Amino acid sequence: MAKQPENVLVFIEMDHGKVAEVSLELVCQARELADTLGVTVDAIILSGTNVDIHGETIISYGCDTVHTVCDSRLEFYETLPYAKIVSDFIRESKPQIVLFGATAIGRDMAPRVASDLRTGLTADCTDLQIGDHEDKKQKKTFKNILYQIRPAFGGNIIAAIITPEHKPQMATVREGVIKLSVPDKNRKGAIKPFENINWDELQFINTVLERTIHEKKVNLKGASIVVAGGGGVASKEDFDLIKQLAATLGGVVGASRAAVDNGYIGKEHQVGQTGTTIRPKLYIACGISGAIQHRAGMDQSGKIIAINNDPEAPIFNVAHYGIVGDLHKVLPMMIKAYKGKS
Amino acid sequence: MPLKLIVLAKQVPDTHNVTADAMKADGTVNRGALPAIFNPEDLNALEMALEIKDRIDATVTVMTMGPPRAANILREAMYMGADAGILITDRHFAGADTLATSYTLALGIEKVGDVNLILCGRQAIDGDTAQIGPQVAGKLGINQLTYVEEVVNVDKKSITLKRTLGRISETVQTSLPLLITVTSSANRPRTFGAKRLMKYKKARTSLEAEQEVKQSSTTGEYGMEILLEEIEQKKKGLKSKGLFLETWSADDVGADHEQIGLPGSPTKVKKVQSVVFAASELKKVEPTPEGIREMIVELIEDRTFG
Repeated sequence: MAKQPENVLVFIEMDHGKVAEVSLELVCQARELADTLGVTVDAIILSGTNVDIHGETIISYGCDTVHTVCDSRLEFYETLPYAKIVSDFIRESKPQIVLFGATAIGRDMAPRVASDLRTGLTADCTDLQIGDHEDKKQKKTFKNILYQIRPAFGGNIIAAIITPEHKPQMATVREGVIKLSVPDKNRKGAIKPFENINWDELQFINTVLERTIHEKKVNLKGASIVVAGGGGVASKEDFDLIKQLAATLGGVVGASRAAVDNGYIGKEHQVGQTGTTIRPKLYIACGISGAIQHRAGMDQSGKIIAINNDPEAPIFNVAHYGIVGDLHKVLPMMIKAYKGKS
Repeated sequence: MPLKLIVLAKQVPDTHNVTADAMKADGTVNRGALPAIFNPEDLNALEMALEIKDRIDATVTVMTMGPPRAANILREAMYMGADAGILITDRHFAGADTLATSYTLALGIEKVGDVNLILCGRQAIDGDTAQIGPQVAGKLGINQLTYVEEVVNVDKKSITLKRTLGRISETVQTSLPLLITVTSSANRPRTFGAKRLMKYKKARTSLEAEQEVKQSSTTGEYGMEILLEEIEQKKKGLKSKGLFLETWSADDVGADHEQIGLPGSPTKVKKVQSVVFAASELKKVEPTPEGIREMIVELIEDRTFG
């Protein structure tokens, strides 16, 4: 019997008419993994309208075959039908690795699919690698398995999780942790409808009485300059200084969890493990002490300026410029200096 | 018949200020080394269940899987207003990942029987996986709605609720049975009721009752039968006062030992490390107009701006 190809599969999530950026990041990651393993990259995409045009985009980032399921009932995500179609597709195509974005939808569906397939799932990975695993008890070595690397224990440690004896190996991966590669418009691939679906079996049992789609007001990920405030900001009024500096520099306002918890700014501005992972050209941390969870979301920034009145604050360990001082004085100085020079 | 609600709760180590010392050599967590608390979002789930009970005829049972001391969160749930608590505990559960845990919890829920609505926190602060809810729903073969913020309406057959899935906020109506996961923004969990605290601090699991009898009993080795009789009496007394916390083992819920604990867990921890950040070369900038001007000029020259 011919050996199964055991590909790497990516679940493609649609984000209001576009392929979600995290899905493209996953395709890039899957390409790398597949090249290491000598296999191909598959993608599956469920949507309410024809998505062939998006198929081309997905291929340009490194996918070989895009499998599409198109039906008006799939326009909006619903757990049961989505999970069933994806589980059935996995059963049929037998990939060795399946990746989902660690988005609200990915984290709703992937556990259900893993449970259905009785395999392991690692949530919220920040890195994926291929390696071997020696099981000393069984005196057995598992070759080329997936290291699913993620923060654990509230972000205080990093754990490498493996699923040595079950297939597929499944993971959800955080948005922003994988760098997008440059798409190749000339890359060739196939777009195929997945048709082995028993539509009568699918349960569409939710009735949506009202649906509001929120505009993405903050584009933290796309910003080249982020000015962020933290627990060291004394009040909501003081947080305005952060906003002023951001406006002056043409940047976007970010925040640590402390600032969000204090109600200074909305959660959509939060940078860090429970917020957004970013790598802007310049990150200015104002009154942010730099808990591990925060640093993990911004330490890849090109340049980091840290302003804090505590010289021992851990944020200084990842900063390129450190200013020990009072925000009330330092931020206006920065605004003035920038206006004077630019 | 009242609506039957189950809240799944977890006792978690308080993950603030944790070091790699809290991890065992095999990569599992040394929970004993940390203060144990009621998982915060499970409190939101419990509050949501209690609010339903405030509105309509319903019973709220809190179920937890964990070591014997997880009984503490069951008592806390009773202080808040839960009707009953169930501890699922067995040393064979040790090392369970989410698949093995959800299998076990689903069996517990089936043992309770005829449950209309299951609520749990969106995720636990020790693992942050958010997998247990969907996986329990999967094992039970029922529908799930995650990230729930508000229950608008509920009756015997259907429920209307508000949830946010990424950028989409929805008001969804669906049928019961259902499992929902609740976010921290849903509500503010109520505090302990003083009277309830006085009453339910005497609530005991089966294991605790046995231990207390053994410690206080004066019968020696010869009195085994008497001891067992005393234990039975004690449990009976607790039950009659509504102070007995059901305690179930793997066999009590009919678990297949291949599907629980380490053997039932497809995922293994290969390696655990402290978080290491690449240290940057830090340039100290004086908080003076000159110092800051110099820095800004540098950043303009190296094209960080623009």
